[in-house]
Amino acid sequence: MNGAVPKIRLRELRKGFGNKVVLDGVDLDVMPGTSTVVIGGSGSGKSVLLKCILGLMEPDSGSIVIDGEDVLSLPAARREAVRARIGMLFQNGALFDSLPVWENVAFGLLAQRKASRRAARKRGEEFLRHVGLAASVGELTPAELSGGMQKRVALARAIAAQPEIMFFDEPTTGLDPIMGAIIDGLIVDCVKRLGSTSVAITHDMASAQRIGDTVAMLHHGRIVWSGPAGRVMDSGNPVVDQFTHGRREGPIQMELRR
Amino acid sequence: MISLLDPLAAIGRTAIGVCRLTGNLALFAAVGVSHLVRPPFYWRMFGRALVDIGYFSLPVVALTAVFTGMVLALQTYTGFARFNAESAIANVVVLSITRELGPVLAGLMVAGRIGAAMAAEIGTMRVTDQIDALSTLSTNPMKYLVAPRLLAGTIALPLLVVIADILGVMGGFIVSTFKLGFNQATYLRSSLDFLQTDDIVSGLAKAAVFGFLITLMGCYQGYNSRGGAQGVGAATTAAVVSASILILAFDYVLTEAFFAR
Repeated sequence: MNGAVPKIRLRELRKGFGNKVVLDGVDLDVMPGTSTVVIGGSGSGKSVLLKCILGLMEPDSGSIVIDGEDVLSLPAARREAVRARIGMLFQNGALFDSLPVWENVAFGLLAQRKASRRAARKRGEEFLRHVGLAASVGELTPAELSGGMQKRVALARAIAAQPEIMFFDEPTTGLDPIMGAIIDGLIVDCVKRLGSTSVAITHDMASAQRIGDTVAMLHHGRIVWSGPAGRVMDSGNPVVDQFTHGRREGPIQMELRR
Repeated sequence: MISLLDPLAAIGRTAIGVCRLTGNLALFAAVGVSHLVRPPFYWRMFGRALVDIGYFSLPVVALTAVFTGMVLALQTYTGFARFNAESAIANVVVLSITRELGPVLAGLMVAGRIGAAMAAEIGTMRVTDQIDALSTLSTNPMKYLVAPRLLAGTIALPLLVVIADILGVMGGFIVSTFKLGFNQATYLRSSLDFLQTDDIVSGLAKAAVFGFLITLMGCYQGYNSRGGAQGVGAATTAAVVSASILILAFDYVLTEAFFAR
């Protein structure tokens, strides 16, 4: 990292819904080629944070700098161009259920007219193989797939556009531990193969340690701790320690009781 | 404690709500239409919507038109016989079907079938993050989901109404000739002689407007649905109800406009 320019830099990012403040001045640096995992309790604003960076939500104030450009002050067309460099794996996969699997995977290529349908199908099947699925799966519809297979297809779709930045929203939620580990392994492989910078949000501490180089804890709308993934289980921060060890007693529970 | 100003406040809130809804809807329609003239245009989505609205609505619209024409002939006969004006049945049937009943009934049937389906499909896409996923795949959801449907609705409904007009008149013809004993050639000549281009054009213009309104309400309600299955259900109901009301309201406005000519 040593003085390198962050790929993503967030400063004083704030977002609220009515009276409820969700993000209350988030500061975060994500260095190029690294994987950052944001952890935090349910409703702590992790998904809102990702959606703000991705442009799906407009923050109330603050700055989001990607590759040196403050995206919030960019004109719409330029923002679209920045957004096109980001791939996203949604928590529930968000596969298009009206399209067959191969078309889901090749959707970006088809939508941007980067390939004919035949070529896009070939690429789609290629990316399916990257995530350990047979080309024949491409014929099926998303509803015919298991949860783990849907996640893999969603991952294939996210990497098909070969994005510079990858976001993962709860990639292992709803999966059994073995499938969770398989998805984590695929994520690490894909991110390394593409040389992408990634940001993941998760509750799953095993997943966080497998995916992340750096872990940041979001609590009360702020990043209260960040450090190497290897130290997250022994951070010395009482909020992080309580969360990572799942203890009932601690500062988070005390606040819940109030 | 209830204040004297409370009723006024409630009226004010409702008025603001209506203004906000109207503004949002107008903006949504403007953005949707603007994507029709800004490339890329998703022809595949347009084709799919056209088939869904036009082709798959054909049976329900056809049945409605045939039975309406048949009932219209019977009811007109019942009324006109009292004034010895039975010979005007053909004229009444053809005029009522082409100017009014064809577009309005086809519109209401399509609103029930397509408006609900569109709101449910787009609403489900909204609550399952599929619309957000479109954005992350460099695809503008308004361009991909809304614009092709708006165009398809505007084109498909007049085509349906042409068929509904023919079948409606045919329904009247069947009842008039086979049940009421009218001469077939006379009935047909009477229908065609009385029919003017304006009658057909005004009906088709109404149909185009209704088609746009149905798809607009389906897309708008679906696109703005929130809160899971319940939200999608509410959006579906709202799409059908609002499209039906708008069809009836615009029917009057357009009839008034054509009447003024």
